[in-house]
Amino acid sequence: MNSLLIVPIVLPAIIGAILVFFAKFQRMQRVISAVAMITILSASIWLAIAVYNEGIMTMNMGDWPIPYGIPLVADMFATVMLLLSAIVGVCCLFFAFRTIHPDREKFYFYPFYFFLLTGVNGSFLTGDLFNLFVFFEVMLIASYILIVHGGSGFQLRESFKYVTINVFSSMFFLAGVAYLYAATGTLNIADLGVRVAELDQEGVLNVVAVVLLFVFAMKGALFPLYFWLPDSYTGPPAAIAALFGGLLTKVGIYAIIRMFTVVFNHDPTFTHNLILFIAGATMFFGVLGAVAQYNFKRILSYHIISQVGYMVMGLGIFTPLALAGAIYYIVHHIIVKTALFLFAGISEKITGTNDLKQMGGLLKTHPTFSWMFFITAISLAGIPPLSGFFSKFPLILSGMQEERYLITAVALLVGLLTLFSMIKIFSFAFWGRQKHTEPQAKIKTGSLLLSTAPLVALTIILGLMAEPIFSYSLEIAEELLDPAVYIESVLEE
Amino acid sequence: MELLMSIVVGVFFMVGTYLIMTRSLIRVVVGINILSHSTHLLLLTMAGLKTGAPPLLNRGEEAFTDPLPQALILTAIVISFGVTAFTIVLAYRTYKVHRTDDLEQLRGIRNE
Repeated sequence: MNSLLIVPIVLPAIIGAILVFFAKFQRMQRVISAVAMITILSASIWLAIAVYNEGIMTMNMGDWPIPYGIPLVADMFATVMLLLSAIVGVCCLFFAFRTIHPDREKFYFYPFYFFLLTGVNGSFLTGDLFNLFVFFEVMLIASYILIVHGGSGFQLRESFKYVTINVFSSMFFLAGVAYLYAATGTLNIADLGVRVAELDQEGVLNVVAVVLLFVFAMKGALFPLYFWLPDSYTGPPAAIAALFGGLLTKVGIYAIIRMFTVVFNHDPTFTHNLILFIAGATMFFGVLGAVAQYNFKRILSYHIISQVGYMVMGLGIFTPLALAGAIYYIVHHIIVKTALFLFAGISEKITGTNDLKQMGGLLKTHPTFSWMFFITAISLAGIPPLSGFFSKFPLILSGMQEERYLITAVALLVGLLTLFSMIKIFSFAFWGRQKHTEPQAKIKTGSLLLSTAPLVALTIILGLMAEPIFSYSLEIAEELLDPAVYIESVLEE
Repeated sequence: MELLMSIVVGVFFMVGTYLIMTRSLIRVVVGINILSHSTHLLLLTMAGLKTGAPPLLNRGEEAFTDPLPQALILTAIVISFGVTAFTIVLAYRTYKVHRTDDLEQLRGIRNE
C-alpha cells in the first residue's frame, strides 16, 4: 500500500504531459483536468486518513536502501499540506474554467497548472534535501511560466524580476546543499537529523542553517526578502494569483518548519530567536504595506507577507502549543487567502478594475458575493467564531506563556491593522455609491461563487469545529517536536 | 587543488553577481548562467575532488571517488539549462514588448 504514496506526485505529472497533446481541444482539456484533479483530491484524503491511523508512511524509490536511496515520507504534517494543496487546486481549477481567457487556455495553461502541483506535492512528500531542490525547481519553472502567461507588458517586466530573484535563491539553495554535504556526508533529511545531532550544531552547521533559512525565506517571502511578492502576484489572472497566494509561499514555510524541527533543532537560542525576530519584522512591515495600498490584489499580497510571519512566529517560540497554532494558521491561511484572491477576481470581472477608489456599491448589486467576501475578510482579520481567531489565539497565548511579550504585542497590533485594511476594502468596494455601470451590475456571479463556496464553508467549519481540528494540529506539533519518530520510521525501512 | 577550485568558485560568484547588478537584460541572463555554473563547481569541490578510483566495483580497488556529487551536478545542470533557455526567451520577449533592454527604464510606475 505504501507505494500509493507516489500518486499525488506522479498523477499530476502524467496528466500534465497528456494535456500537452490536447492543448487545442478546450472541452477535452477541461474534462481531463477536472477528473484528474478530483482523483488527486481523493488520493490526498485517503493518504491523510491512512497516515493518521497507521503512522508515518515511507517509500524508498527504486528500493535502494536508506540512506543511499531517495525516500518519500508522508507524516501528518505533509499529508495536511497535501490535502490543502488539493483543495486549493480543485477550487482554482473550477474557477479557471469560468474566468480564464480562451487564448490562454489554448496556450498550455492546464499542463503547467498540473506541473506546478507536481512540484508542490513533491516538495511536501520528499525526504531528501536535493530532491527537495529538484521539486522546488519543477514548481518554480511552472510558476515562472504561469506568472508570465498571457505576456502583457506588466507581467513580462515583473516576472523577469521574479525569475531572477528565484534563480538567485535556488543557487544559494544548491550552495547550502553543497556545504551540508561537505559537513555531514548525507542529504537524507532524517539521516541529517542524526548526523547534525552527533556533530553538535555550532560553527559551520549554524552557517548552513542560516543559508538554508535565507533560501526558504526568499521563497516564503519573509522579511527582508519579500519585496518581489506584491508586484508579481498582481499581474496574472485571478485563478493563478489565488493558486500562488494560497500555495507557493507556504512551500517555503513548510521547508523551514521541516528543516528547523528535524535537522537544525539543537541550537534554538541562536536559530529560533533569529526566526522569531524575522517573524516579528515580517508581520509588521507586511501589514504596513497593506495599510498603504489602494489596490485590491496588492493589499491581499501584502497580507500574505504579514501572515507568513505568524506561521514562522509559531516555529520561533518552539513549544507544542505555538507550533500547533502555526499549523492551524497555515491551514486557515491557505483556505482564506485563496478565497480572497478568487473574490478579487470576481470583483475585477464585475467592475473591470482593481483600484479600490474606482469601486463602490457592490453590496447593493451583488449581495451574496459581498456577504461571502465579508465572512472571509473578518475570518482573515480574526473575529471569533471563524477560523482566524482560533489560529491566532494559541500563538498569542503561547507567546504570553513563554514571556515573549514583544512579539506578542506585535502580533496583536498586526491583527488590528489587518482588520483595518480589510475594512478598508469592504468600505471602498462594497459600501458607498455605485460606481460601476448598470450592465456591469447585471453580471451574474453564481457559477463563480460556486467554486469559492467550499472555501468559505471550510473557514466557517474550521472555526466552529475548532476543538477537534486544534487537537489534530497539536498532535502534528508534538510529532514535529519529537523528530526521533520521523527519523526512526525513515531509517529503519 | 581544492583551494584553487574554491578561489575559482569565488571569482565566478563575483563575476555573476556583478553581471546581475548591471542594467542590461542580457547581461543579467549571462550573470545568472555564470552564477549557476559557479554553484555547480562549488558542489563538486565541497564533496572533495578525486580521491580514488572510479566507483566501479570488483576491480580490486580499495578507495573510490564519491559519485554522488556528480549525479547531483548532472541534475542541477539540466535544471539550469532549462532555466537559462527560459530566461533568454523571457528577456527577448520583454525587449520586444517594451522596446528597451535597460532595466532602469523597466522599473515601472507605482500602482499603474
